[in-house]
Amino acid sequence: MRSWVNIYWLGRKELRSVLGDFILVLLIAYSFSVAIYAEATATSESVNNASVAIVDEDHSALSRAIANALFPPYFKVPEVISAREVDEAMDHDRFMFVIGIPPNFERDVRNGDQPSIQISIDATAVIQASLGNAYIQNIVTDEVNHYINRSDEETVYPVVLVQRRAFNPNGTGMWFGAFNSLLNQISMLTIILTGAALLREREHGTIEHLLVMPLTSFQIVMSKVWANGLIILVSFVLSTFFMVEGILDVPIAGSRMLLFGGTALYLLAAAAIGIFLGTVARSMAQFALLLLMVIVPIMLLSGGLTPIESQPEIIQPITWLLPSRHYMAFAQAVVFRGANISIVWPQMLTILGLGTVFFGASLMLFRRSISVSK
Amino acid sequence: MGMAEEAPLLASLKGITHRYNNVLAVDDVTLDIPTGMMIGLLGPDGVGKSTLLGLISGARKLQEGSLQVFGGDMAKASHRNMVGPRIAYLPQGLGKNLYSDLSVQENLDFFAKLFGQNSSERRTRIAKLTKATGLGPFLNRPAGKLSGGMKQKLGLCCSLIHDPDLLILDEPTTGVDPLSRRQFWDLIAKIRSERPVMSVIVSTAYMDEAEGFDWLVAMDAGNVLASGTPKELKSKTQTEDLESAFVALLPAEKRGNGTKLVIPALEDNQGEPAIVAKGITRRFGDFTAVSDVSFEIKAGEIFGFLGSNGCGKTTTMKMLTGLLPLSSGEAFLFGKPVDANDLQTRTRVGFMSQAFSLYGELTVEANLLLHARLFHLTPEKTEQRIHTLVERFGLKQQMHTKAEALPLGIRQRLSLAVAVIHEPEMLILDEPTSGVDPVARDVFWRLLVELSRKDKVTIFISTHFMNEAMRCDRISLMHAGKVLVYDEPQHLVEAKGASSLEEAFISYLKDAIGDNPDETQEKTSDSDELIVSEISGAGDPNKTKGDKANPSHFSFKRLFAYSYREIKEVMRDPVRLTFAFIGSALLLIVVAYGISLDVEDLSYAAFDNDQTPQSREYLSQFQGSHYFIERPEIHSEAELERRMQSNEITLALEIPSGFGRDLKKGETPSVSAWIDGANTTRASTIAGYVSGVHLSYIIQLATDVGIDASAAANVNIEPRYRYNPSFETIYSIGPKTPAMLLLLFPAILMAVSMAREKEIGTITNFFVTPTTRIEFLLGKQLPYIAIGMINFVTLTLLVVFLLQVPLKGSFIGLTLGAFFYVFAATGFGLLISTLTKSQVAAVFATSVFALLPTVMFSGMIQPTSTLEGGGFLIGTMWPATYYMHLSVAAFTKGLGLFDLMPDIYVLALFGPIFIIITALFLKKQEK
Repeated sequence: MRSWVNIYWLGRKELRSVLGDFILVLLIAYSFSVAIYAEATATSESVNNASVAIVDEDHSALSRAIANALFPPYFKVPEVISAREVDEAMDHDRFMFVIGIPPNFERDVRNGDQPSIQISIDATAVIQASLGNAYIQNIVTDEVNHYINRSDEETVYPVVLVQRRAFNPNGTGMWFGAFNSLLNQISMLTIILTGAALLREREHGTIEHLLVMPLTSFQIVMSKVWANGLIILVSFVLSTFFMVEGILDVPIAGSRMLLFGGTALYLLAAAAIGIFLGTVARSMAQFALLLLMVIVPIMLLSGGLTPIESQPEIIQPITWLLPSRHYMAFAQAVVFRGANISIVWPQMLTILGLGTVFFGASLMLFRRSISVSK
Repeated sequence: MGMAEEAPLLASLKGITHRYNNVLAVDDVTLDIPTGMMIGLLGPDGVGKSTLLGLISGARKLQEGSLQVFGGDMAKASHRNMVGPRIAYLPQGLGKNLYSDLSVQENLDFFAKLFGQNSSERRTRIAKLTKATGLGPFLNRPAGKLSGGMKQKLGLCCSLIHDPDLLILDEPTTGVDPLSRRQFWDLIAKIRSERPVMSVIVSTAYMDEAEGFDWLVAMDAGNVLASGTPKELKSKTQTEDLESAFVALLPAEKRGNGTKLVIPALEDNQGEPAIVAKGITRRFGDFTAVSDVSFEIKAGEIFGFLGSNGCGKTTTMKMLTGLLPLSSGEAFLFGKPVDANDLQTRTRVGFMSQAFSLYGELTVEANLLLHARLFHLTPEKTEQRIHTLVERFGLKQQMHTKAEALPLGIRQRLSLAVAVIHEPEMLILDEPTSGVDPVARDVFWRLLVELSRKDKVTIFISTHFMNEAMRCDRISLMHAGKVLVYDEPQHLVEAKGASSLEEAFISYLKDAIGDNPDETQEKTSDSDELIVSEISGAGDPNKTKGDKANPSHFSFKRLFAYSYREIKEVMRDPVRLTFAFIGSALLLIVVAYGISLDVEDLSYAAFDNDQTPQSREYLSQFQGSHYFIERPEIHSEAELERRMQSNEITLALEIPSGFGRDLKKGETPSVSAWIDGANTTRASTIAGYVSGVHLSYIIQLATDVGIDASAAANVNIEPRYRYNPSFETIYSIGPKTPAMLLLLFPAILMAVSMAREKEIGTITNFFVTPTTRIEFLLGKQLPYIAIGMINFVTLTLLVVFLLQVPLKGSFIGLTLGAFFYVFAATGFGLLISTLTKSQVAAVFATSVFALLPTVMFSGMIQPTSTLEGGGFLIGTMWPATYYMHLSVAAFTKGLGLFDLMPDIYVLALFGPIFIIITALFLKKQEK
């Protein structure tokens, strides 16, 4: 009981010092508003504004129809270029796709000679290349069929496939982008805030002042974790209501309370990582480098940018250790799929478990670091 | 004497006022300072001495009033540039402007280079200065490992390296042991006798030192109280010594009650000693901070620790409070061995550390309340204690003031109040009065005496003031980690037959040094070697003068001096370098392997309501695809929903009942494919796969009934994947990952280096030497560009040999691009750290502002051309966009130098733009 009272009062002190630092408050506010907005609105459909050129050696009604069928927002209005320009134009990234229509294409189609159309694809942008290719193939096939059939009637196949997108029927890319951004921000800010809080206290010598009082390391560390975690949690809640749901109009399918509860668990783990780095680092320079080593994998390998299941087998065990990976899975389930606790409890338990392990390790290290500090 | 009136003026101040965020530091000071003298600025901390010195040296920017130094206006940059090299400024704080990782020689070399001296001139000057100051044998010792006295001597050497006409010393002897202090003043006297044209302005809080100065300015609360020779001041106030004179000059309400502090005799106490130390020793690595220290402190006595900074006082106190474990020896508190985990003992001790241990952002009341709560006083007790302490310590007026806004003297009283709030039996006070004015110190001591004699609190206090040491019941003299002797102060004086405790201490110090050959540094050379005069004859005097005449011109020598110094510093911190290289290599491997854009191994499940051979045949198409992994069948709508929610499956295929029947009848049944749409990119890819599988089923169906399905196609589409025919992620991510790392690592290293310089205070050297902004910025930047380039080479090798992504295009083009890119990255780091105040803020801001655009808006995963709105705009204005593009073009597209040029041109613009903006924000003077 006494212990928790101390943790409460120490944490309140922590809250005051962060909120009293104008620059920090400004950076936090920026991260949860402008940064989220920029990232969410930048993430568009998977294929967007793709640059296309057509080498039209046919100059027929059909080749023009194909060109006209490629239109924004998926594709930019195609440019017509000559065959000689293709290499140079693709080298300089002027076009991601170049469609080559051979001479006498329309005539050959009419005669049923099955003429070939070439699509040159810049395969250095992997995702866009494969999706764009599929789109272009569909468009070309549709236009050719349409031309042959002289009607809008679809070719009738014996079985019809109806594709439905669950959880995001229109495939609005911004939904995912908004949450991905929010999750990245809370990871980064929590780690920096708690780590820096510890380093700052050590630099100012106030940590020794705390240590000669009847306080334990656990109380000191715990107070930093809850206070900094709370700041981020409140920012998260505000950002969810006002930025994500409000301005960006992203719906949340599941329970908000569940989302916030899981976030609180995750913040415990993230703050523990912050304490860990703040303890290991001897100086701000070292802390900054360690921070990069942790935050870059968190941002890139937690399942926000690329799906976890596509990660190679060798990397999977490493990313399993990232609490952010489990949190990402949890948050996606709750926000987009409307999952309830009966579904997401394994992730929550994993986050809690990893958080406890990290917290325990940081605490142990922190105790040791005090005893060797000068 | 009249000397001041006759002499020409060194500086003339008219109506000088200076504020820091609305706190008035100097209040309308008008003063004429005579030249060719030893001038003292007297007064405790925070009265505006340092501000005035900073202004006179040109390091601080003039806010209000006019200031003439050497007959010119210091508000004008042209005049400052001209007289700058004639002024040397040693800022407050031991070794504050020195580079602690660099050796004595390297420090001196650096300063000499900034003043354009060539190597032979530098060698001669450094040899002479170090010989005269006794630093000669320690040329290779890092400045951070020198004793306080030696640090000040080194600081002095660095200041004297260019024969200044005005030497400004800000509290040069605070925290230095008495012997070193005495030597320091002897040295100054010698220099002055050799070079009488040189004026010296010194600020000090030690009144006794000021007795020897030519002319004094007494200051209080930003005002000049009086100026004149020491004699004039004393006769004016009719006092015998300067300390009393100073007190008499103070406004009446600050003078205290004037009664002399009388300390009642200590009642003899035969009880158990409060503290017992038996041979305690503390080692940090191979450095012994405290060596075999033993003493006993009786309950209720005031026990003093006297010694210089860094002699081990603080370390000893920390060991006794359990903050530091003992390397060897035993320590007992209240008869129990010191145990860091013994919370019970801690409630019996109050501690006040050297560093200001209050929370500045909290009010007086909040500080008291926080501590009362942490000690779990009951609410009634809390109220009663706070009431008593506020009365007794005179804090009533300031109850709702923030602690950081309090004057130092009151802050110290608050610290003491906080330390005794829980009525401890023992108080451990580490230099509680340093920097506090004499009156406030007196008030503080009255409280201590009261606590000791009335409340029977044992007080263990460290100090470097002799008069405070005299007030202790017993003191222990410490030097270099050892207790020289401990006894009643009067006994120590008598034992040495000295006239004062200071004399006695010096005598004990000399004894100790005599025993220890390693401490010869304390002996100032007694040779008649000239220290400063005519040194300018060394080397080529004309050249030196020539450089001095145009100090504001751009000089590569100074630029490289900064680079050389930075390289040395980086090399001394191998951990940082290792992190930078190994860290980025590790990240390259993890990220490049970890990011896989190939969507594979998707789990799906069938919800077959039909269960006919036809439906099973349809589903078998999916079983055969390597994109999909089958999970157990679904049996109900609810199950379908639940399993998709839990992400167990990302695709569900629902086949309606009657599928087989309808198919046979030719009634075109429809199959539903439910795709998890949460991750939109993945969903689009899955949709493509599903369509593909469906199509192959249709063709299969047609072939089965004997129709050549391929003949039905009207057109043949041939996709050609250029540059990456095997369509593997690594050919895209491999070249892009180094682009991310080459921005983040150099930027953050650069930002921290600059912010550190600001936080530690070595940036003062940029203010007070003829260094231009561009020399300073580029000089600091070059080593980090070099680190970035080494990193570039390692990462490129890793990409080629480990990730097996061949570099098909121009290596020269890639290298050129990398150079400009790293230049831009470090430029960004400089910009951010120039705009922020602390290292924490610099790291925070660099991460917040650099990570998002680099990872999200530069084409790492999503090509910049497909971005929208603000993200697109940020992407086009961020160097990573162009370097990622360049890197992919050079590696995967195999372009030559000529084709890479457009990106290189754009990259070359970023660095200079960042540097120009930084230079605009970087001030050549402090505020």
